[in-house]
Amino acid sequence: MLIRVKQKSDVASHEITPQSVYLNRRAMIAGTGLIAGSALLAAPRAHAALQKGPGVNTPLANVKEGYRKLGEKDAITPYDAASSYNNFYEFGTGKDDPAANSGKFKPLPWSVKVDGLCNNGGTFALEDFIKPHQLEERIYRLRCVEAWSMVIPWIGVSLADVVKRSDPQGSAKYLQFETVVRPEEMSGQRSKFILPWPYVEGLRMDEAMNPLAILVTGMYGEAVPNQNGAPLRLMAPWKYGFKNIKSIVRISFVEKQPENTWKVTNPGEYGFYANVNPKVDHPRWTQASERRIGDFLRRDTLMFNGYEEEVASLYAGMDLKRNY
Amino acid sequence: MTDAITAAPKAPIDWSTIVRRLLKPVVFTISCLPVLWLGWLALNNGLGANPIEKLIRYNGDWALRFLLIGLAVTPIRLVTGWTEIARVRRMLGLFAFFYVCLHLSAYVGLDRFFDWRAIWADILKRVYITVGMGAFLTLIPLAITSTAGMVKRMGAKNWRRMHRVIYFTTIAAIIHYIMMLKAGYQEPALYGAILAVLLAIRAVKKWP
Ligand code: HEM
Repeated sequence: MLIRVKQKSDVASHEITPQSVYLNRRAMIAGTGLIAGSALLAAPRAHAALQKGPGVNTPLANVKEGYRKLGEKDAITPYDAASSYNNFYEFGTGKDDPAANSGKFKPLPWSVKVDGLCNNGGTFALEDFIKPHQLEERIYRLRCVEAWSMVIPWIGVSLADVVKRSDPQGSAKYLQFETVVRPEEMSGQRSKFILPWPYVEGLRMDEAMNPLAILVTGMYGEAVPNQNGAPLRLMAPWKYGFKNIKSIVRISFVEKQPENTWKVTNPGEYGFYANVNPKVDHPRWTQASERRIGDFLRRDTLMFNGYEEEVASLYAGMDLKRNY
Repeated sequence: MTDAITAAPKAPIDWSTIVRRLLKPVVFTISCLPVLWLGWLALNNGLGANPIEKLIRYNGDWALRFLLIGLAVTPIRLVTGWTEIARVRRMLGLFAFFYVCLHLSAYVGLDRFFDWRAIWADILKRVYITVGMGAFLTLIPLAITSTAGMVKRMGAKNWRRMHRVIYFTTIAAIIHYIMMLKAGYQEPALYGAILAVLLAIRAVKKWP
């Protein structure tokens, strides 16, 4: 039997049973006498508890139930909100723009180029890129730098596994990601006044190797919609939303810290790390609290978005006020 | 006017009277449309995933638009010679104030839920809020002195001089908007351009 040590994280490590789309896991657990060992449920039976999609996009098969530690008040955000309220400036700067303007975007076929300081790079069709890895459903909080948040059941593969498969060289210190450039399909990219394209993001190698970091291909049981970054996006849930680059076409192993787009655009306000941190305010608004989409009252923002236990060690000894 | 009626039946339609009678009610009704539409959206679940943000932004947008529409009255009069339009200027200014109040209430009452400490911290620390607050404060004396009685008491000249603050208010509102954005400044740039054109027309027409 798996013994779980009581965790110091702010978030209770119990499982949730959000919304009717989920089978009632608590009943299941009680019924099978497994109350104490809910962690064991990640085994075969787990498929029953996976999020069923709303039938908008292609359902994803062979998905394993993965990380889903959430707090008491972390109900899953309704699909409609998660797929209609987005920041994806490639399709315009308004929150409704991505859903409204991404209809023409063709996420398939897709290929991903892996290059730079690694021995196993190349250009891969998305299917081949994903196939060697296990798809997992992970339920994470998503905290935007604009102080709103959601809870989303993502489907993706471990970024660490992808890094390992690429066989990085010793000199590779960072991972750099790039978003596709298709102004004919992405209306926001036709304007030079929004952001410099392509959108670039990066992670330090140890951040990329953290088990929480995933490359996402789906959400809510289905292929990820265009407006949420189809067909491949990053999700590192302890970082602000903008770090989680969408529609990735290139992953490069590099030695120098990548010049990520928001940092280049406004270095006084956005840094490389962009870790969720209630104690370091954005110069124009507070980061101490956030509004969970669907809530009326604001709630306190948690250090590292509640993933302190999993990621704090990455930043031991770093001045997070300077490395924001 | 009574003459017109007794001189009937064949008198020509008195357009200028009709326009004069209808101008204010029509402008009033049109000016109410944004808030009515907002109410309709609110009742029909149409405010989107983040209704509070929507309320703040929607009312902020209309506050700024009414400031600009109000400022367009005199240039329109100068260009077209249609003096009648000046009669709706005060109403438009008050509608700007009305939408600013909704904007501010949404922020204070919904976004911050009357957390005065956080609001005060925002005013001190967040420059775009400071600027917005400055713009709001300048509108209060203008709204208070908007009655006909006040105009008389102050004297038209003083009143007009005081109400010139509105240029400053509008510029501050546009700066407030620009400062609150992260990227993509087309919309405030458009408002800024409109303001520049309106000011230029005044300058050209008044000092030939
Ligand atoms: C003359 C006064 C004001 C005008 C004309 C004005 C106008 C605006 C406009 C046009 C926006 C941008 C809306 C958009 O993005 O579509 C905005 C945003 C905002 N304003 Fe104002 N504003 C004024 C005063 C204030 C005051 C006094 C406060 C609070 C103390 C305030 C708080 C805000 C906030 C918090 C936002 C950002 C909303 C968000 O990030 O979602 N404003 N305002």
